[in-house]
Amino acid sequence: MSSVRLFFVGGLTSYRALFYWLSPTIYIPSLLIAPVFQILLFAYIGRSAGLASDKFYVTGNALQYAAIPCLFAMSQLVSGERFQNTLSAILVSPANRIPLFFGRALPVMGNAAFVSAFSFTAGCLILGVHVPAGSIPGIAVVIAVAALSCTGLGLINAAVSLRVRENAVLSNVIFGFLLIFTGANVPLASLPGWMSAVSGGLPFTHAIKAGRRLADGAAFGSVTGLLATELAIGLAFLVVGYALLRFFEWQGRKHATLERA
Amino acid sequence: MRRALRLFFTGWLFNIKNLSLSGFFILSTVVLPVFYATIAYFMFRTGSRPGSLLYVSLGAGMMGIWSSTLFGSGGLIQWQRWQGTLEYVIGVPTPLILVVLPMTIATASIGLYSVTTTLIWGWLFFGTPLHLVHPGWFVLALPAAVLTLGLLGLVLASTFVLMRNANSLSNLLEYPVWLVTGLLIGISLLPGWTRPISWMLAPTWGIRGIREAAIGGEPGVPIAVCLALGAIYLVIGHFTLRYFERLARERATLALA
Repeated sequence: MSSVRLFFVGGLTSYRALFYWLSPTIYIPSLLIAPVFQILLFAYIGRSAGLASDKFYVTGNALQYAAIPCLFAMSQLVSGERFQNTLSAILVSPANRIPLFFGRALPVMGNAAFVSAFSFTAGCLILGVHVPAGSIPGIAVVIAVAALSCTGLGLINAAVSLRVRENAVLSNVIFGFLLIFTGANVPLASLPGWMSAVSGGLPFTHAIKAGRRLADGAAFGSVTGLLATELAIGLAFLVVGYALLRFFEWQGRKHATLERA
Repeated sequence: MRRALRLFFTGWLFNIKNLSLSGFFILSTVVLPVFYATIAYFMFRTGSRPGSLLYVSLGAGMMGIWSSTLFGSGGLIQWQRWQGTLEYVIGVPTPLILVVLPMTIATASIGLYSVTTTLIWGWLFFGTPLHLVHPGWFVLALPAAVLTLGLLGLVLASTFVLMRNANSLSNLLEYPVWLVTGLLIGISLLPGWTRPISWMLAPTWGIRGIREAAIGGEPGVPIAVCLALGAIYLVIGHFTLRYFERLARERATLALA
């Protein structure tokens, strides 16, 4: 019972405490307007290059932008605690680590899904992209799965933040890699072989593919395989992230280096 | 005059060194433009209307100059405030503009890292030709663009300081300016109402001058417009900075975030 409470109540309380500064004047420009301009930038480059339709860029970039809340918010789970001098108090507590860390990931996931859904809707409206009404519930599922998948990568990022001081820089670098490798803007077939091979193991790649098929009117049943792969990738990243967190926590205790990064 | 020039050079050099040690600025000027350049190379290479790779390299490089100016100059006075040095900057007998200007020009200058990186990256991995049609004009166009963006930085520094959430405003302005100034696309593709906005922004003329010098064209006019815009930014920055200083002294809000 206390684990369930820690997961839901603890997760939400920590999120509110760590993101007390996330007022509408910061949230709206950074998480609602910026992704729309990312979509517009790549849609216009796409028009200029004669590569793909606007729908291709709206779907790809709206899904990929979920990486910003996932990566930055998850690393903030560590760096924010460190900044407020509460990291050691958290890690010294006997609380079960699974509900402790995963409970904090839940609001991150919800926010990422909202950002993605908003960007998709705004992108479609601004660029006049038509999506069949029947595809919308399926796209909502794709957005949720993509948010979960990237939160797994975010958990790895959070773990690395126990060792790296410049975690905002690291998050930006990962964001840039995802922008290239997931096929958000360049069809995977146009990337060199080794790049498309890497992209197969990254969050978003399969979700973007599924989202594009649904936006083109495909039935939900035809993308379940892609969604299952995306989900499996997300879960694998979550497991690796959790293992890394425990490992770095153990190292931090052993060498007394929690605050040194 | 000699003292002012010495102050400018010393301040500029100090800030170049300072910013070069920041992981965030190296990321903005070296790593991120390479990501955007790579995506654009692939898009133009695969698309049905392949563009010049040199066009892409230079555009991505200018994206880095804009990012470093926007984040560096936009947050400049706020950072001085956080570090507790703003009182000294204002308190010294030297006019404030002579202290702030080298800082904003330095934020634009480290953007040259991004031009260098995207050119080398394109040449190494995508076979971008590095042949310049008008090398003489190119040598003139690049510093003109950097200088004018630095002067635009002066306007940003002196206006963003009055806003509590200047950093989020910087986040907001990065993509739209990349888009509207045509760094990776032709401005003619954009809706007509965006054109007057693009004409008022230094990156539009800066990149036009650089591209026409590198790829071919008449770089003289865009370079001249770029420098004229710089003079306008200097006048605006001078007055907005004086306004900020007076307001801060009157209300005793210098150290308040």
